Amino acid sequence: MTAETVQSGLSAQGYVASPDLAMALHLALTLGRPLLLEGAAGVGKTEVARALAAWKGCDLIRLQCYEGLDAAQAIYEWNYPRQLLAIRAQGDHADEARLFSETYLLERPLLRAIRQPVAPVLLIDEIDRADEEFEAYLLEILSDFAITIPELGTLRATTRPMVILTANGTRDLSDALRRRCLYAHVDYPDTETELRILTTRHPALNHQLAGQIVGFVQSLRKEELEKKPGVAEMLDFAAALAGLGVADLSADPAILQAALATLLKTQSDRAIITTEVAQRLAGKAA
Amino acid sequence: MRGQVTRFAARDAGPLARLAGFMAHLRANGFRLGIAETETALAALAATDCSEPETRRALKSVCCGSAEDWARFDPVFDSYWRNGGRVRSKAVPSNTPPAKATREAEGTASGGSGKTDSPDSTKDGEADTGGEGRLIATRIANLRRRDLREVVSADDIRLAETVARRLGAALRDRRSRRAKAAAKGARIDLRRTLRASLSTGGEPFRLKRRRQPDRPLRIAALVDVSGSMQPYARPFLAFLAGLMRADPAADAYLFHTRLVRVTEALRDEDPFRALNRITLLADGFGGGSRIGAALQHFATTHARSHVDGRTVVMILSDGYDSAPGTEIGIALDRLSKRGCRILWLNPLKGWRDYAPVAAGMAAALPHLDLFAPAATLDDLAALETELARL
Repeated sequence: MTAETVQSGLSAQGYVASPDLAMALHLALTLGRPLLLEGAAGVGKTEVARALAAWKGCDLIRLQCYEGLDAAQAIYEWNYPRQLLAIRAQGDHADEARLFSETYLLERPLLRAIRQPVAPVLLIDEIDRADEEFEAYLLEILSDFAITIPELGTLRATTRPMVILTANGTRDLSDALRRRCLYAHVDYPDTETELRILTTRHPALNHQLAGQIVGFVQSLRKEELEKKPGVAEMLDFAAALAGLGVADLSADPAILQAALATLLKTQSDRAIITTEVAQRLAGKAA
Repeated sequence: MRGQVTRFAARDAGPLARLAGFMAHLRANGFRLGIAETETALAALAATDCSEPETRRALKSVCCGSAEDWARFDPVFDSYWRNGGRVRSKAVPSNTPPAKATREAEGTASGGSGKTDSPDSTKDGEADTGGEGRLIATRIANLRRRDLREVVSADDIRLAETVARRLGAALRDRRSRRAKAAAKGARIDLRRTLRASLSTGGEPFRLKRRRQPDRPLRIAALVDVSGSMQPYARPFLAFLAGLMRADPAADAYLFHTRLVRVTEALRDEDPFRALNRITLLADGFGGGSRIGAALQHFATTHARSHVDGRTVVMILSDGYDSAPGTEIGIALDRLSKRGCRILWLNPLKGWRDYAPVAAGMAAALPHLDLFAPAATLDDLAALETELARL
């Protein structure tokens, strides 16, 4: 397997990966190391994992991180209500060993990921949102791929999941975590790549309009915006225009302005991109 | 296009040594790499077909750990593998680019040994003009390239450290959302209660509780070191140095006409060397101030990864901006959207009849959680009670 295999494999799933990213994924798969993806929101970090899982034909297990995420939510938890019911039902003959068997174990994403018959893709999304304590715990799991449950003993990984972590810089990640992972920075795609993404996702789209859409979004990213439109927004925009039956971007200012709702998500950004600005950008893109 | 492939000496020990040499080269350029990375790099190269863009990409993915590394990997790679026989390629970034503060400086700044440029600038002055003009030029240059060690003494830092430690303690936050098991607490911990009930025959006699633990706030301190703030530089810089030593999570910035992050420089174990390093970083110390632009820069770059809802942004400045004040308002508004609390400590506020009439200060007021006077270390220490109330 080479980086090109990865690249063509992903593009068969509708994901256009840059050579840098393809190489990072290739190494992550070959060396069995987790891959840390950083980049602005909406450049397709999460989508990589989805495409990878589809290409490999395996499950995608996703752990969305948030502040306050703890071991009980991420790794495992005992099913207490069920244990309690069992105790009541069995009366005096309660069998403690059975109470702490796997029947009463609730698997959370991390435990589930290491106990699959086929190695899944484990996506740990927005790791920078989780607390530092959790990061430390994650490090332990990522290095040993084993989880110790006091009542059951150590559960070793039956298969090693392919781990992808994403972050978009809400907090500085620890050096330890960065060092354990391979790294790739995902940028907004250039015009050519973005055009390929668009034609892959919307093959029916008029070729001239596709060029206009990409040119428009590319120049929009150069404006002083609070929230730059990502690839997902670009695809929404294209879908919206296709749905509205637009054939030329600069034809109807009112429709373009309405469709901007898919690209600009804050009040101040809407205010900056007035009809005139939008027309100027659309004119340049044409 | 890039230069030719480097010609290694004939007695070169082979590819393994070259790779080790490259890792050392990266380390010298501020990359944080250990021995484990060298091993991974070897394994990665074994998994590629050793053609040019392939190896570059493979090593990039292994050796980079952050967006900054990612951005400057290519020139560093070229300077080692493609220097075309030259000892040092032009593509190499100089070891201390002035704008990039912390990481690059780490490897190199300590070699500075405190010789500031004042003798040089005197010579420049002599060469250019004579008489009155020379005197003025020298004086200004001296002011601009001030050695911070003249301003702050080690005793100051020790004193400031205790003040900073106490302030940090006052800023304990009680709003952590994550609950921890505790002897007393507002919520019942179902998991531990049930677990404990096993020993009492399934009857939950002993209620276990959880509570939300105290979480310290992180402090990000921005100190104005422009000309108008010169008289207060001593306590503020000492405070900054003390804060860095007392609180491992704190963050420090200096600004005048631009903003530099000095966190890692100030963490240096030797307080003298720390000051020496920020002297090198803070070129332009004592010059004009562009508070609005500096804050704007902070809000759009550093704040994105270092400021969150549990951060207190502490600005120490007199609010005299050479640009229109509206910019300050916009920057602070943007900053406050990150959910942080903003304190502005103004040395002038302690004066009788002071009113925040400076345009910048007036624009900032609506965004501040606390606007307090602070001109000396004692003033800073007295803030303890105010901060506890935040």
